[in-house]
Amino acid sequence: MIFIDFLIAFVIGGIICLIGQLIMDYGKLTPGHTLSILVVAGSIFSGLGLYQPLIDLAGAGATIPITSFGHSLTQGAIAEAEKHGWVGVLTGMFEVTSSGISAAIVFGFIAAFIFKPKGKVN
Amino acid sequence: MVIVFQSKPSILASSAVAGPLEKKSVFYSYFDSVVEDERWNEKTNEQGHAKMILEASNIVMKKANIENLDVDYFLSGDLVNQMTPSNFAARELAISFIGLFSACATSVSSVIIASLLTELGASQYAIAGAASQHNAIERQFRYPNYYGGPKPATSQWTVTAAGYALVGKHNPEYPSIVAATVGKVVDYGDVNPMHMGGAMAPAAFDTITAHLKKRNQKFQDYDLIMTGDLGKIGLKILKAMLAQTGVKPEELQLLRDAGAEFYGEDEAFLAGASGAGCSASVYFSYIIQQLKTGRFKRVLLCATGALLSPLSFQQGESIPCTAHAIEMTME
Amino acid sequence: MEPKEYQDLEKQVTPPIPYLKNALKAFFVGGIICTIGHAVTYFYIIFFDFTEKTVGNPTVSTMIFFSMLLTGFGLYKKLGQYAAAGSAVPVTGFGNAVISAAIEHRTEGVVLGIGGNIFKLAGTVILFGVASAFFVALIKLILVSIGVVQW
Repeated sequence: MIFIDFLIAFVIGGIICLIGQLIMDYGKLTPGHTLSILVVAGSIFSGLGLYQPLIDLAGAGATIPITSFGHSLTQGAIAEAEKHGWVGVLTGMFEVTSSGISAAIVFGFIAAFIFKPKGKVN
Repeated sequence: MVIVFQSKPSILASSAVAGPLEKKSVFYSYFDSVVEDERWNEKTNEQGHAKMILEASNIVMKKANIENLDVDYFLSGDLVNQMTPSNFAARELAISFIGLFSACATSVSSVIIASLLTELGASQYAIAGAASQHNAIERQFRYPNYYGGPKPATSQWTVTAAGYALVGKHNPEYPSIVAATVGKVVDYGDVNPMHMGGAMAPAAFDTITAHLKKRNQKFQDYDLIMTGDLGKIGLKILKAMLAQTGVKPEELQLLRDAGAEFYGEDEAFLAGASGAGCSASVYFSYIIQQLKTGRFKRVLLCATGALLSPLSFQQGESIPCTAHAIEMTME
Repeated sequence: MEPKEYQDLEKQVTPPIPYLKNALKAFFVGGIICTIGHAVTYFYIIFFDFTEKTVGNPTVSTMIFFSMLLTGFGLYKKLGQYAAAGSAVPVTGFGNAVISAAIEHRTEGVVLGIGGNIFKLAGTVILFGVASAFFVALIKLILVSIGVVQW
């Protein structure tokens, strides 16, 4: 049973990345463009109420891809909007999703003092 | 525009210095010095870049047994914003300095200016050349060095290398510059900065055909025609363009590209090498040595340059390109 | 030669993008990263006091920590060259964008270098995430206000 759970996470996560790859290759877009499109897509799916079921189904398969970033920002905004009306749309966004950004900032800051980039070939 | 040099200035000494990764180059054995640390033990990539230029220039002077005071001009360029590595190297050298930017074609444009100054009698000795340092160029034109953005098969690897030549009055024992073509800026509307070879091939085509036409020469008059850094795919495109104008397959075999050959067949480098130091380090080591040993009698070196900036392609501009050529002979 | 004619020739000579191969590589690497994330999720649920609802935050932070190590040793770059979107789309790719920019610009100082450039690449993701979250929540609020849907 736990194997199936992992398999679903693998497949759903893989499919989201595959869609990203197709957007990148067919659209001839940079990673920056591709990720922006995926974040917006995640936010829209979240607004339609479709992203939470995907997380319930696939767990990390849906929370690890960047689409979930759009989802949690949107859920944060919607949850606060429900409580506080118009003001909540602005104030609630980072309620749910702060960990990704703060972790990236902290680890980025630390890494900058430890590592030196080199011209390594693939 | 084709220039014919009556006095035939000579390349009296030359040097090539490269970084650690360039040990993988097929031209490695021709380089004068290879440094283990790509920052040349300096704090920043840009400082290392300047030190590399300085070292290459010092080797040139040492080989010719002259000092800074004997040199009249230092003509150099690189790809970093405002060419600070060349400027900072010039500060240390304390030689009259003109910074030149023809992107990766600077290796040849600098030699053309040096030859003109020599022919004019204004220069006894002039050091000319170009350099590039991978990390410094990558972070400026593309992404941070450790960013995991994929590169397509058409993209090329900026080399860490410098090539410099000492241009002086004609001396029959050394390779001489008999003619040169200053290229036009050609733009066929290519917008992909990950496919420079494709953007630059028309410029090489334009300059090579113009040079041969004005000089009334054919491909067979040369032992070698070598472009700068078109890379494997760019070279193929250039050959296809030339074939369309009736150049025969056996003639096309005389056409080679420094960037396509630089790292051999190693697929990790994708379409091959690029950067101002690519053509400079190959021309001013391998080619000069082959001329000196008499293996080549007459060569045409046509370095190509993509005249874009990181801003220009983000603003949707196409990539204008140029190519400059020098014709060198050995008596 | 006309520009149009040249572009046709260029297209002919340039090798085509291997769409299928790229897509499969992205699928497998992306899938594996998500599977690792899933394992981390279980780790936090079993060994710490997290529930399915709250486990997202520590999982994401842990994955970004892994990303820091891979980025710092230059391995995420290699992974990115192989997997493209497969390593860019997971949150580790977001981490890589932030961390690689921070490392790269250390030479320009802590304030102007790291501070000024840390979101150079990842900023666009935050911008579009926040902007679209704003509009989606706003639309939902309007729809609720006029009684079309419910919270």
